[in-house]
Amino acid sequence: MTVPATDPGRSRHAQYPGRKETAGLDKIRAFVDTEIAPFADAWDQAEQLPSELLTRIGELGLWAPFLPPDDGGSGMDWTGIGQVHEEIGRGCSSVRSFLTVHTMVTWTVQRWGSAEQQARWLPRLATGELIGAFCLTEPDSGSDAAAMGTVAQPADSGWILNGHKKWMTAGQVAGLLLVFARTEAGMSAFLVPADTPGVRISPLNAVMGTRASMLAEIVLREVHVGPDALIGPPGWAAGTVMTGALDLGRYSVACGCVGVVQACLDACVAYTSKRRVRDGRLSELQLIRRKISDMVVSSRAARLLCAEAGRLKDTDDPATIMATWVAKYHASTAATAAASDAVQIHGANGFVSDYPVARLYRDAKVAEIIEGSTELQQITIADEAYREVAR
Amino acid sequence: MSEDVRATIRDFITGNFPDLALKDDEDIFELGFVNSLFAMQLVMFIEKTFSLRVPNQELRLDSFRTIDSMAKLVERLSSDAQISTG
Ligand SMILES: Cc1cc2nc3c(=O)[nH]c(=O)nc-3n(C[C@H](O)[C@H](O)[C@H](O)COP(=O)(O)OP(=O)(O)OC[C@H]3O[C@@H](n4cnc5c(N)ncnc54)[C@H](O)[C@@H]3O)c2cc1C
Repeated sequence: MTVPATDPGRSRHAQYPGRKETAGLDKIRAFVDTEIAPFADAWDQAEQLPSELLTRIGELGLWAPFLPPDDGGSGMDWTGIGQVHEEIGRGCSSVRSFLTVHTMVTWTVQRWGSAEQQARWLPRLATGELIGAFCLTEPDSGSDAAAMGTVAQPADSGWILNGHKKWMTAGQVAGLLLVFARTEAGMSAFLVPADTPGVRISPLNAVMGTRASMLAEIVLREVHVGPDALIGPPGWAAGTVMTGALDLGRYSVACGCVGVVQACLDACVAYTSKRRVRDGRLSELQLIRRKISDMVVSSRAARLLCAEAGRLKDTDDPATIMATWVAKYHASTAATAAASDAVQIHGANGFVSDYPVARLYRDAKVAEIIEGSTELQQITIADEAYREVAR
Repeated sequence: MSEDVRATIRDFITGNFPDLALKDDEDIFELGFVNSLFAMQLVMFIEKTFSLRVPNQELRLDSFRTIDSMAKLVERLSSDAQISTG
């Protein structure tokens, strides 16, 4: 018997006390309950998302709702985006990962792009006709982005890019790559259409978590792009494009992790209400109930931290950057803890794909590695603490 | 206005790095405390506090190198905004 990951009949999020929901969130919740969550394990096994799903996300206007209506969005604020990414994350972290990187690329074009770049790329990014991939990490440069080896050299008309990028979420289907490369002036960012000659994209399979996120390795050999490929300030992409996009990526991952904790809670309440052991129903056992209460508390705490980060984004407050680090650190570690407990509660059933918790467990772990690993978060948050005390 | 702008920027930087005794013409990048995270916070702070948007061509390290250069940037962008809004 398979216990569904979610119970479509119950509007459980109505119970979040005092939360003002973004318009249409109930529809998105229904979409997740009927069109995402029930299929997430199958996508995980197939290691891909169906193209119809990507089209559906476009029909619902979820690829880049933060864009103003003139650019094809609905002007949704970051608080609202966070709620949407939480809901999607509750259903499937691979789908949320797609939204994460697409948000990072689309925001970059909106925030740093010239009028021409915006006119060229935003309409298709808004609908998802073109999926964006964020290409920063390399085989030998992860947490330490400054060790990047990809280079862009000025050419007669534009730039020539050479390098090797690895672990690109959505890379297998992306149409537009946001590539970071060294230039003489410093780190710069480039918009590279995926079909540019010299771009070789190979799928990365058999990954542990977010298996359907269609990861790719991307090799750039003598890739010639025009002058209009350069986006943002030349030579200072690190302090602007990269940090800004990673901040939004971190926010999206944090919100997605709230959804993961909620999914663990939902799955565990459903399972323990039915499963009997010698001492009665699992739901009646104190040691089990303690795990359930931890999930309730950590989901609410993480949700509030994400809401705070979102509120600060909506007022353009620089404090959002640290608030987002804190939210992501808490939410991602809460998600791995909740998913570990969820597997434990399910016993052997937690170990197989008949139940969603095995996938949640694998997916949660990824969030501790990407967009600033747990260790980097600990370092950054502690640094801030010492600065604050000294203030 | 210029001294006010300088003081506001100085307060933000020393608020984040209290041990720093920063002169207005001192290169903040050379001092080595500015990582990419703080750089972004600085850009956001200037945009929010002075209600302006720093265009790409102004987003150069040189514009943010010293308190003086940031104050000049703010003044330049503020007067541009006044001209364009009439
Ligand atoms: C599923 C998945 C999707 C991804 N998607 C993308 C994507 O779309 N785009 C992209 O550009 N990248 C992507 N990545 C790559 C990801 O951003 C990197 O994995 C991440 O930045 C960490 O880098 P690394 O794996 O090279 O680990 P390393 O940097 O080699 O770190 C290894 C370990 O050392 C720790 N460590 C590193 N530095 C320190 C330090 N100073 N002090 C203490 N501990 C430290 C780390 O926390 C980590 O635990 C993805 C990765 C995964 C797994």
